[in-house]
Amino acid sequence: MATKAKSNGSNQMTKQLYKQQAAKYQPKRNVLLNSIRAFWVGGSICLLGQAIQNIYINFFGFTEKTASNPTVATLIFLSVLLTGLGVYDNIGQYAGAGSAVPVTGFANSIASAAIEHRSEGFVLGVGGNMFKLAGSVIVFGVVAAFIAGIIKTVWKMIV
Amino acid sequence: MEYVIAFVVGGLICVIGQLLLDVGKLTPAHVMSTLVVAGVALDFIGVYDKLIDFAGAGVTVPITSFGHSLYHGAISEAEQHGLIGIVTGIFEVTSAGISAAIAFGFLASLVFKPKG
Amino acid sequence: MNNRPSDFRVSRQTWHFPNDVRILSTATAVGPKEGEGPLGALFDKVYDDMYAGQDSWENAERQLLEDAVNLALKKANVTGQEIDVFFAGDLLNQNITTNFTAEKVSIPLMGMYGACSTSMLTLANAAAQVNSGYANKALAACSSHNATAERQYRYPTEYGGQKPPSAQWTVTGAGAAVVGTGGSGPRITYATIGKVVDMGIKDPFDMGSAMAPAAASTLQAHFSDTGRSPNDYDLIVTGDLAAVGFPILKDLMKTDGYDMDRVYNDCGLMVYSADQDVFAGGSGCASSAVVTYSYLVDQVKRGQLKKVLVCATGALLSPVSYQQGNSIPCIAHAVAIEGGGS
Repeated sequence: MATKAKSNGSNQMTKQLYKQQAAKYQPKRNVLLNSIRAFWVGGSICLLGQAIQNIYINFFGFTEKTASNPTVATLIFLSVLLTGLGVYDNIGQYAGAGSAVPVTGFANSIASAAIEHRSEGFVLGVGGNMFKLAGSVIVFGVVAAFIAGIIKTVWKMIV
Repeated sequence: MEYVIAFVVGGLICVIGQLLLDVGKLTPAHVMSTLVVAGVALDFIGVYDKLIDFAGAGVTVPITSFGHSLYHGAISEAEQHGLIGIVTGIFEVTSAGISAAIAFGFLASLVFKPKG
Repeated sequence: MNNRPSDFRVSRQTWHFPNDVRILSTATAVGPKEGEGPLGALFDKVYDDMYAGQDSWENAERQLLEDAVNLALKKANVTGQEIDVFFAGDLLNQNITTNFTAEKVSIPLMGMYGACSTSMLTLANAAAQVNSGYANKALAACSSHNATAERQYRYPTEYGGQKPPSAQWTVTGAGAAVVGTGGSGPRITYATIGKVVDMGIKDPFDMGSAMAPAAASTLQAHFSDTGRSPNDYDLIVTGDLAAVGFPILKDLMKTDGYDMDRVYNDCGLMVYSADQDVFAGGSGCASSAVVTYSYLVDQVKRGQLKKVLVCATGALLSPVSYQQGNSIPCIAHAVAIEGGGS
């Protein structure tokens, strides 16, 4: 018993030492460069969104409030198109969060799963896998909004 | 000027996402979920609408706005119909984004093959 | 067969093959990126399309494995009927590429899984069966495909997730070898079977760090069991430690008193050139298989290299195991291939 505990203890220590030894050779992520790339690509996607929104307001009679729906739909369309053409994953490798955080990244996670699993059929493949990456965003968004909404509504009723 | 602000603010939100990926060592799914919940929280304390007035698409395009829209839909319905409004209204504002993504995603699976 | 079984077992881990076990032929089939790499001209079949003329990634991988197997049989001038046993494996769930290919060639199958170490796991077992007389001729093969591996272990291929620089690029390809006796081909003299080593590395985008200790463990066992040292070999390669695991392994070996500098290389670094955007380098069963069954065997046949040790490395994780927070168990198997007359 005692020997087992001891060997486990020394095993833990070897693992710690190995982590330090290996860390010397592990390439560091270039956080500054990655952030600059995320900044300009992500910013550009938002700028494009602003331009599309203004077009809907100025030429199609939408208001500032109603224009966001067609704007989002247009960005999603563009993202799905670029995903299908095999371009969005290359943008993603360059831009990281810059192309993942905008709504286009949400659309990419849905379209890429749909396209990838087409080979398993439309129902089990496309239908069953479409939300395997985007699902967590919807689940956590809805649960958070649900809880926050109840707190707010109940609080208003009481006060 | 509104373009500059949209660019800078949208870019900064993406930098936060990048730091969560690189420094926080989170997976993309964890980062996106975190940002959506952050969007709900910012709307809960009444900040998000002010951000939209200031930065426009800079805060409506990032995924945080998805959380804001979910919460907004729930609350405005709840104001009219009470607690049940939370479940009936939650997808009201986000319907365009989710429906478009599902429809276009499905169409894409008809047209495109993965390129690898 | 005048050697007694007591000559076969060197130790618990190391087997000796005294009965003139030879590689009668080898063949490789690869995808476009591998074809453009530095060894491109040496591969038997290069597809210019990741689909290899098929309609899905999985069928493409089967095509590659079938091509490698059929070409190896053809080069050895034998049919499937003359092969007694087929050792093969791949990276996909339930070894599905192997199973479909084995049905086509109709050779008794022993499917094996060793992740990326499968190339030498199958070759070692083929040599053992031939050496002991259970098989006159045996076939060893394995395959991997970039897109099937991406989709099984990571994300859909079109998903825009960013990979860190320690990530590796799964080699699209397959390699096969016919093992038998007689002739003047390269001899398989020793095999050292690895133990699973887990040093607590959890990052699935850093397999090099995870696998290096397993490779060191197997190489040290090989040297102490056979009484050889690194300098007894003209070349020692690991399967897919790539740019991160390569210096770690040298470091680990040096700590244990083995200087590898003069003879050591890694298949994951040999299969692609630096400008091919493959992050730290190649990985997958095919990494060690296509390098060993093309370049290395060629060099041994020509006498450019006399003694080669191939230590194929495998990361034995599954998507479920790392999502549940487990670290990555790793393994390595080494096979000694030597030139020499008939």
